Amino acid sequence: MARAAVLGRLTWRAVTVTGVRDETATARTLVLDAGDWPGHLPGQHLDLRLTSADGYSTQRSYSIASAGPGPVEITVAAVDGGEVSPYLARDVRPGDQFEVRGPVGGYFVWRREDPAPVLLAAGGSGIVPLMAMIRDRSASDSRVPFRLVYSIRSPAEAIYARELARRVRDDHGLDVTYLYSRSAPEGWRRAPSRIRPGDLVANGWPPELDPLCFVCGPTGFVEATATLLAGAGHPAGRIKTERFGG
Amino acid sequence: MAIVARGFTGRGRSDPALPPGQYLTQDFPVLSAGPTPRIDTSRWQFTLATETGERQSWTWEQFLALPSEDVTVDLHCVTKWSKLGSHWTGVPLEEFLGELDTSAEYASVSSYGGYTTNLPVEDLLGGQAWIAHRYDGEDLTPEHGGPARLLVPHLYLWKSAKWIRGIQLLIEDEPGFWETAGYHNYGDPWREQRYWGD
Ligand SMILES: Cc1cc2nc3c(=O)[nH]c(=O)nc-3n(C[C@H](O)[C@H](O)[C@H](O)COP(=O)(O)OP(=O)(O)OC[C@H]3O[C@@H](n4cnc5c(N)ncnc54)[C@H](O)[C@@H]3O)c2cc1C
Repeated sequence: MARAAVLGRLTWRAVTVTGVRDETATARTLVLDAGDWPGHLPGQHLDLRLTSADGYSTQRSYSIASAGPGPVEITVAAVDGGEVSPYLARDVRPGDQFEVRGPVGGYFVWRREDPAPVLLAAGGSGIVPLMAMIRDRSASDSRVPFRLVYSIRSPAEAIYARELARRVRDDHGLDVTYLYSRSAPEGWRRAPSRIRPGDLVANGWPPELDPLCFVCGPTGFVEATATLLAGAGHPAGRIKTERFGG
Repeated sequence: MAIVARGFTGRGRSDPALPPGQYLTQDFPVLSAGPTPRIDTSRWQFTLATETGERQSWTWEQFLALPSEDVTVDLHCVTKWSKLGSHWTGVPLEEFLGELDTSAEYASVSSYGGYTTNLPVEDLLGGQAWIAHRYDGEDLTPEHGGPARLLVPHLYLWKSAKWIRGIQLLIEDEPGFWETAGYHNYGDPWREQRYWGD
C-alpha cells in the first residue's frame, strides 16, 4: 500500500550523484546513491533541496524515474531561467551531493496487483513518473496492457526514446504513440498539433474497459488531456493527474 | 549541517515573506489530483451539516446574496510555490457557521469531484477563511476551483478545497484525501508541516 511507503517521518538525507545520463539536449537523468532508501511505488516523487555555500537553500519536487530496488534515478528537464532545473540538468556531475526526502505522494501511483488496463498520457518531462510505471510493469513481469501516448514538440525532445523502443519490442503488451505538437518526422501521418480527441480514441482505451488513466506534464497538457478523457466518458476517479507547472 | 551543493548559488536570499522551503512565483500554478470538474451554478449547492445531522443548504443565488469581503492574501502550495498578495472576493465562514449550535471541533470539507480535506473548526473562524467566488476581479475559473472554493490562506493550499460542495462538522477529526495519503493533518506552512511527522 502507498500508505506504508509514506508512513513515518520523512527526513532529509544526503545523496551522492553516481552517474549522469543525457536523455535529450536539455534533459538529464541523475543516478543517486540514496543510502537506505525505503523504496517507492512507481509514480511517487521526492523533494530535493539545494543549499548554497552561503546557507541559502531552495526545494523542488522531482518524480522518481527508476522502479524497484537499486539506485534512485530522477530525470530533470532544464526550464529556461529556472533556479534549480538548469543546475541539475547541466552543472551536476558524479560525486556531487545534495539532499532529498521521500518518497512522497500516495495517489498518483500504479500498483502491480491492479489488473485494469492502463493509459499513460505524458507531455514533455511528464513522462518521468510514467516511465517508472513502465519499468515496474516490466520488472514484475506484469501482463497488464499499457498504452503510452507521449506528446512532445519535436522528435529531438523524446526522453527515454531508445529504452521505449526496446521495451515496445520486448515487453509484451506495451504500446507507445508519439504526438508531435510542433514538428513531426518526415512522412509522419499526423500533422503536428496539440493533443486532440481522436488521439485518445485511436491510441487509448474505451471507457467500457474501465482503464486507469495517468496524465502527467505541464499544466496546460494535463488540463487538456484530463478534460478530453472525462468528456469521452472516463469517470473522474479513473483519471489521475500530476501537474508539473509551467 | 546542511550539505552544500557544489557550485549552486540559486537566487540568493530567502524572502522573509515566504515560509521555509517556499519559492516565489508570479504565475498561479494549478494542482489537483484529477480532471477539473465543471459545475453549472444553476445546479450548484453548498450544504453545511452539523454533528447531529442538521443540514442547511444555499443555492448559488442565496450564496451570492450573503455579504462578501475583498481580501488580499498570500498563498502557499505544498509543491513549494508561494504567491503573494493575491486578490479574492468571498463570503467569510462566520456567515455560515456564526449562528450555529454546535460543539464540533473538526470540519470535513467536500468538493464536487469527490475531494475532501479536514481542518479544525477554529481555523474556519476569526476572519481566517472564506468561500471565495472571485479571483483578481473575475469570476473564479474552474481550474482554480470555480464556481466557488474554500480559501484558508494560513494553511497550505490543499486545505483550500476547490469546487466546494459542503462542510460536515464532526466531533472527531476525519483525515481527508491528501491527509490520508501522507500529507500533514494540519498543514501550517510556517512550521513546514508538509508531510506526516513534520
Ligand atoms: C510532483 C511534481 C513532480 C515533478 N517532477 C518533475 C520531473 O520528474 N522532472 C522535471 O524536470 N520536473 C519535474 N517537476 C517540476 C519541478 O519541480 C520544477 O518545477 C522545475 O524543474 C522547474 O524548477 P526551476 O527551479 O528550474 O524553475 P523556477 O525557478 O521554479 O521557475 C522558473 C520559471 O519556469 C516556470 N516553470 C516552472 N516549472 C515549469 C515546468 N515544469 N515547465 C515549464 N515551465 C515551468 C515557472 O513558472 C517560472 O516562470 C515536478 C513538479 C511536481 C510538482
